[in-house]
Amino acid sequence: MSELVLTGPETETALTQEYFINMGPQHPSTHGVLRLVLTIDGEIIRRVEPHIGYIHRSIEKMCEHDSYRQIVHLTDRMDYLSCHMNNEAVCLAVEQALQIEVPERVKVIRTIVSELTRLASHQLWWGVMGMDLGAITSFLYGFRDREMINDIFEETCGARLTMNYNVPGGLMFDIHPNFQKRTKDFVAHFCTKLPEYDRLLSDNPIFRSRTEGVGYLSKEDAIGYGVTGPSGRASGFACDVRKRLPYSAYPQVEFTEIIRTEGDCFARYKARILEMWESLRIIEQLIDNIPEGEFQAPTKQVLKLPKGEYYQRVETARGDFGVYIISEGNKSPYRLKFRSPGFSNLFVLDKVARGSKIADLVAIMSTFDYVMPDIDR
Amino acid sequence: MFKAIADYFKEIYQTIRGLLVGMGVTGKYIAHARREIITQEYPDNRDTLQMFERFRGEVVLLHNEDNEHRCTGCSACEVACPNGSIEIIWARREDPETGKKKKQLETFVYHLSMCTMCNLCILACPTDAIKMGHNFEHAVFDRSQLTKVLNRPGSRLEKGVEE
Amino acid sequence: MYDFTPLVQAIQNYLSAHFSPGVATAIEWTLVILIYLAFYAVLGLVLVYVERRICAFFQLRLGPNRVGWQGTFQTVADAIKLLLKEPVTVNKADKLLFNLAPFIISLAALMVLSVLPFARGLQAFDINIGLLFIIAISSIGVVGILLAGWSSNNKYALIGAMRSGAQIVSYELSVGLSLITMVLLTGTLQLSGIIESQANGWWIFKGHFPAIAAFFLYITASIAEINRGPFDLPEAESELTAGFHTEYSGLKFAFFFLAEFVNMFTVAAIAATVFFGGWMPFHIGDWEAFNRIMDFIPPIIWFFIKVAAIIFLMMWFKWTFPRLRIDQLLHLEWKYLMPLNLMNLILMAILVYLGWHF
Repeated sequence: MSELVLTGPETETALTQEYFINMGPQHPSTHGVLRLVLTIDGEIIRRVEPHIGYIHRSIEKMCEHDSYRQIVHLTDRMDYLSCHMNNEAVCLAVEQALQIEVPERVKVIRTIVSELTRLASHQLWWGVMGMDLGAITSFLYGFRDREMINDIFEETCGARLTMNYNVPGGLMFDIHPNFQKRTKDFVAHFCTKLPEYDRLLSDNPIFRSRTEGVGYLSKEDAIGYGVTGPSGRASGFACDVRKRLPYSAYPQVEFTEIIRTEGDCFARYKARILEMWESLRIIEQLIDNIPEGEFQAPTKQVLKLPKGEYYQRVETARGDFGVYIISEGNKSPYRLKFRSPGFSNLFVLDKVARGSKIADLVAIMSTFDYVMPDIDR
Repeated sequence: MFKAIADYFKEIYQTIRGLLVGMGVTGKYIAHARREIITQEYPDNRDTLQMFERFRGEVVLLHNEDNEHRCTGCSACEVACPNGSIEIIWARREDPETGKKKKQLETFVYHLSMCTMCNLCILACPTDAIKMGHNFEHAVFDRSQLTKVLNRPGSRLEKGVEE
Repeated sequence: MYDFTPLVQAIQNYLSAHFSPGVATAIEWTLVILIYLAFYAVLGLVLVYVERRICAFFQLRLGPNRVGWQGTFQTVADAIKLLLKEPVTVNKADKLLFNLAPFIISLAALMVLSVLPFARGLQAFDINIGLLFIIAISSIGVVGILLAGWSSNNKYALIGAMRSGAQIVSYELSVGLSLITMVLLTGTLQLSGIIESQANGWWIFKGHFPAIAAFFLYITASIAEINRGPFDLPEAESELTAGFHTEYSGLKFAFFFLAEFVNMFTVAAIAATVFFGGWMPFHIGDWEAFNRIMDFIPPIIWFFIKVAAIIFLMMWFKWTFPRLRIDQLLHLEWKYLMPLNLMNLILMAILVYLGWHF
């Protein structure tokens, strides 16, 4: 890898040489312990090689020793920003295998909390996106609004980030009496703040010039690499699991699948901003219509999945998250595999970032919204 | 030609306008900074700090005023714990009243360093002996201090729990 | 009122009465150097505190508020911490250049400070080419940045330094041109003369539109020249970790940090001097009573109020805007600032020729 590479026709007069630079594992904008080996020609990126594994905790292997109830809390530690959706995926897989019919109330609450989690994740992403591009103030504004969601979660399930709110068959607790009021307050508050997000970043000419036309990902490549979530939809790949394979209360609600065709950084940015509006819409539809009933379906003391293979997909904030369980009929799975969206989204980076500048790479990485524990597991 | 020049100045105008709108947002916040700041000055507000009722800070074994707890030593929480952070040490002892030999809690060992506050032990407990405490200031200088014994010295099982 | 010339004259007379001329000059120099060094350090500390506080309010935080009243001694504590830290030198770094770089940057920042008039008679070095001197010296700073980036033996630092080189070479033009636009009005390069020419009104009011345009062009270009705000590419922390000073620690890092903030002050001070009348109080036409009250405020306070306002504007820019990319940065200069500056210059020349300014 270290051979001297001469480029350009002007090599007779000026010798240029490509060089390597290690971006990470400790770097402010790799969002965790990601290491990128960049081959650079001046400021222009020729190759990006992501090296992962710095935060590998062998969660999949740990799952093989845990009971199905215990697995749920491990998924919190993967994509910690969409912890609720990860929990939900495992619970849905187990419920599907055991043919547990969860009450309507559970479905609706799960959907509301999912959308709140998605909002919290996107708010954090928005803040970090601004920070990566140098507008540090947006980071704090994003966190301010996220704080309200965290308070809702803390009041209802006792934890702010790794919530573990789902158990196979239902929810861990019923919603707190204040839940509805707080959520409505939040929705009212955030409806006034979202236009501010636009005014501060989306309409800023510097921001536009940093993102528009940068990091183009075609629809073919998005499908080929399996880029899902808002990143994939920004390239025109209709991949929203909530629409394609609706689960929980998503069949009841009305929302638009945000699809943009530009495929550049700004499209990915805008897709997330618009998705926040859709999440608000879903919450508004459901929050007043939580049906009465039990918050848990009766389940057995020890859950043993019948022999077979089960797969469940959900839409997390980053994309299509899948849980694949192979059961031998025991109380723990024989093999459990997570299909994490971040992993597929990361390895398209080389395709997208080639030929752009170092500063663009930072913008591209933040629009793909990586969460390293999700990628390494 | 003139159109190009007009476009040039129009672009400049739009750029400046976009920048000013952004500055308006931050300007609005610095003007109302006193009202909008939501930072909690944490160590100072310790006395008034109220955690939410369901907040999960640590596992505590409840004791009443007669130093009695409700743990029968059934180990359901130990089984439910995904990380092995609970160890129940029990022994068969003679009951002073009935004279029968019976399983009793000796030591409730809790490894805080391994606990992920997943709440599964609390759900598993058949006698509601343990619950999640609100204390979150767990920092210590020595790792061994994170291994705690939850049952207080000399504590006994509360009457009527086992029926 | 508030003229410092007699005071300076008295010191001069006292010294020349008691010592031989050579010794008297040496003592004067030493005094000036000591005062300016102290001012340099205090200015840096105050500005760092103010920046952190204001940035915190922009971001709805509280900012440093623990050390001393409202955290006023936070930067002193930070300075002590930096003093106590180990000055690490990287393996295979060019030791001489590595150690020299912070001094070059500090020297450039300090030298520009010496020509600034703080009040009537309160100016260390009143040369007749003051403005030219400032433009010349302020670009020496880039040598320090280039040396720092080159000698650190670090690719991030090198990229940062190269960016800085490209940036300063281009933006220097705009700084110079926008100041030249004002020199057309002032008719002199001497800073005290520039201020005297604004006795009946500040240039930003007297110079109509071209002066206002020149002010904004100057602020934009000079923010870029001192690597601040949306133009902080040489140190772009989300791309290059810390850019050219990645490998510096302890006191050497503090030198860079201090110089950056003092440069910010210098830029604001030049803007205040050229566009806002330096230490001249604010007067409105013939409102005698109002003008009297304004005169009552000491000129040094006026100077610092103006500088503070401009610094606040620069902080506002920094804490609102995202960073530009290097090619966009150069586009901005060569496609927008520079042509606009030239147009503005011609406009101003016509204005002055026709005598339309006040």
